[in-house]
Amino acid sequence: MTDYINIGKNKEKVDALALAAGEPLFADDFALKDPLHIAFLYSPHAHAKIKSIDTVEAESMPGVALVLTYKNTPRVLYTSAGQSHPEPSPYDMYMFDEKVRFVGDRVALVAAESEEIAKEAVKKIKVEYEMLPALFDIEEAEKDGAPVLHDGEEHVMIPSAIYRPEKNLAARIAFLYGDSQKGFEEADFVQEATYYTHIASHCALETHVTKATFDHYGRLVLITSTQVPFHARRIVSNILGIPLGKIRVIKPRIGGGFGSKQEVLLEPYVALVAWRTKRPAQIVTSREEYFVSGRTRHAMRSRIKMGVKNDGTIVAMEIDDLMNAGAYGPHGPTVLANTGAKVLPLFNKIENVSFYADCVYTNLPVGGAYRGYGATQGFFGLNQHIDHITRLLGIDMAEFVKKWHIKTGETSEVFKAIGEGKTGHEQVVTSCKLSECIDEAARVIGWKEKRGAKRKEGDKCYGVGMAVATQGSGIPLIDMGGAHIKMNEDGSFNLYVGATDIGTGSDTVLAQIAAETLKVPSEKIIVLSSDTDLTPYDVGAYASSTTYVSGNAVKRCAQKVAERIMEVASEMLECPREELTLGVEEVSHVKSGRSLSFKDVAYYAFYAKNQFQIEESASFVSPVSPFPFCATFAEVEVDIKTGIVRPLKVVTAMDCGNVLNPKLAEGQVEGAVLNGVSFSLCEEYLFDEKGKMKNPSFWDYKVYKTTDLPEIVTILVPSFEEYGPYGAKSVGEVAINTPGPAIANAIYDAVGIRMYDLPMTPERVLKAIKEKGVG
Amino acid sequence: MKASFNINGKVHELEFAPHARLLDLLRDNGFTEVKCGCREGFCGACSVLLDGELVNSCMVYAASVGERKITTVKGIGSIHEPHPIQEAFVEAGAVQCGFCTPGMVLATYALLQRNPDPTDEEIKEALDGNFCRCTGYVKIIDAVKLAARKVKEND
Repeated sequence: MTDYINIGKNKEKVDALALAAGEPLFADDFALKDPLHIAFLYSPHAHAKIKSIDTVEAESMPGVALVLTYKNTPRVLYTSAGQSHPEPSPYDMYMFDEKVRFVGDRVALVAAESEEIAKEAVKKIKVEYEMLPALFDIEEAEKDGAPVLHDGEEHVMIPSAIYRPEKNLAARIAFLYGDSQKGFEEADFVQEATYYTHIASHCALETHVTKATFDHYGRLVLITSTQVPFHARRIVSNILGIPLGKIRVIKPRIGGGFGSKQEVLLEPYVALVAWRTKRPAQIVTSREEYFVSGRTRHAMRSRIKMGVKNDGTIVAMEIDDLMNAGAYGPHGPTVLANTGAKVLPLFNKIENVSFYADCVYTNLPVGGAYRGYGATQGFFGLNQHIDHITRLLGIDMAEFVKKWHIKTGETSEVFKAIGEGKTGHEQVVTSCKLSECIDEAARVIGWKEKRGAKRKEGDKCYGVGMAVATQGSGIPLIDMGGAHIKMNEDGSFNLYVGATDIGTGSDTVLAQIAAETLKVPSEKIIVLSSDTDLTPYDVGAYASSTTYVSGNAVKRCAQKVAERIMEVASEMLECPREELTLGVEEVSHVKSGRSLSFKDVAYYAFYAKNQFQIEESASFVSPVSPFPFCATFAEVEVDIKTGIVRPLKVVTAMDCGNVLNPKLAEGQVEGAVLNGVSFSLCEEYLFDEKGKMKNPSFWDYKVYKTTDLPEIVTILVPSFEEYGPYGAKSVGEVAINTPGPAIANAIYDAVGIRMYDLPMTPERVLKAIKEKGVG
Repeated sequence: MKASFNINGKVHELEFAPHARLLDLLRDNGFTEVKCGCREGFCGACSVLLDGELVNSCMVYAASVGERKITTVKGIGSIHEPHPIQEAFVEAGAVQCGFCTPGMVLATYALLQRNPDPTDEEIKEALDGNFCRCTGYVKIIDAVKLAARKVKEND
């Protein structure tokens, strides 16, 4: 085992103390001088044409500086999805359109001297709507005669992508291998079921905030709560026609994202107000706006059919997914692809597979990136289906999964079939400790003793269930991260990364990687991240990419810097480079016993001879996307009188490769697990018959707080990923995929009811209990 | 309107609208350590202490504060001289995005003032007004326990 000085250590998060001390670090903590405040007018209708819009009264209000509508904003189609160019998401939105497509769609904005004036002026805008029939049901979307949401110039940038807006089809992914019909014929039995996952909000504690001001060159500076500063700069430039070089995007500290901020949601509007008025401008959105007008997890219907032999071999699988894009398609195609691409490879030995998935428009809130990104939707059904099949076979699900899951050295046909934005390509799993994860989590939950025990106390029934999942580590051949490091006189280093720390701790982990490579304590690394003027490019914080992709860039960069240090030392000691070794904060010449501190080397480079700045840059793009794996085992209490499901204990064992910072990795798992629990049991958008969200408030949209907590146990099961920086894989997303199905399977174990429909609220559970006649 | 407010031990003469919430009064006057997460009294990001009692500042009219002493997270410690609770949050890994942290630290402070040795259940009760989406609360509860030990050692 290598003696690491930084890797595997619980290094404190570099920004933690400043955050705990309440330093002004978030977008809204930056006070602009005399800014305009922006308020939006939102559509009260799910689907309507704007017949007329009268802004005269609003514009004439004292204190109003600018009113924007479709009439005076660029008619440029774009996608708000913060993805690499060309974005795989359809170009299906304008800043403002003559048509509104969901309750909460943007109709106009007012920029005024105060927030109060802006909001008052919004009320003065008179809009006459021509109502259009609305489409809420995904099953109706592609039928003849269904209302069509997008009937203009909307298009996709990727020629091979299937996009048929006239059929409300935002994306279609289909592939097959083997012959599933033949497989079903060979099967001893066929199990078919349909599962539903629902719309949900990320609930980042910080809402969306964007501020715009100008630098001393008159360039536009955006301080914004984003996961994708570089994409935001490009997209704003494309929409508004402002040269990209005249825009600087600064990502300050971010109050949580979870995918919601992988979206260029506010930046074009605030930028345009500032550019037109030549004044600073800002918007701080409310919680209600975050719920209604922000992005959500795509709801999905998943029909799974499996043909099974009595010996447990799954001989055929058909999956038919139908996903709800909502009114626009940001992330629609890629989330849809992931419902297969991230899910199907897990059981790679099924020889006959057919996967067919559509993502359709409806007049409901807009789907987007959400931690798990389609895998959450896909694994909910798949894990329940496996639970059911193993029950029919009379075998232990844990043993079944261990036997059939993908292993180190194996591949899957799926890798070739689907990619994100590009076609897929082959890859082999280079590290997988899922079986060990299953064993560990099973032991801690008491799987063997509790499974099928049918423990009951009064109205309370108890059961255990399990689920497994994988994800990826970045998007292969697309995601790129850059790093730059320069050395200072005292042997400290500045590390500049485009990588976007949104609270995950990536600044800290990247500092650890740099420090380990340079052989200094990570405290000697000063991190500056995510400023389009100061740091190299990075795609941003998404697709579980940062530790792996940006981490590899940092490692590569630090290796080059270490090489420069060795070269200087070689010149100073007048001995060949090959005879030198890098020690902790020093270079030594073993033969002569001489050594130089990093400080000596730096002073020499700056001031002595052949002066130069010791510095290097590097980028990384990966040919593969190493898979993290996790297993979650849950124990639940089901009250058969009330339908209330109480998770008692949720144990998650995680293979995220070699663990770079155990506490930060555990924190990622714990946060994802509780978000998954809360999503599965209580979080829900409620709509009225006109498509309006009825509960856009934390008081009515239930999220887990401390008194709701189950016991959460996290077990890190390290593997070593050869492609990863110091053996690391991703950890951010995967654990959100398993709590839902693990709890559903535990409910089945407790009371014998199958929860096909999320969230598993008391109402739904009680209904299922009554239908089944439990008790 | 104009009134004087005792914030973190210093008296400030501040102007505010009659309907202004304490949250806005504080943020508008540079006390940005008080965060706004929902403006509906649910999330606790805007927690402050009023004469030692934990309140959501978005639910308090500025005009109603009167003589009561307002304490924000900066009133108990700073980046240069952190309070043991702040140190505990850092050490325990309880800070992810950090947006809930000022409120969590103050909720912990209020708890430890009245109960220096809380049980897990008491900690959960005390923090139930503070929402966190990042951590699953596990390391936050660890931090409170660590803070209790640190505060006792400091006494």
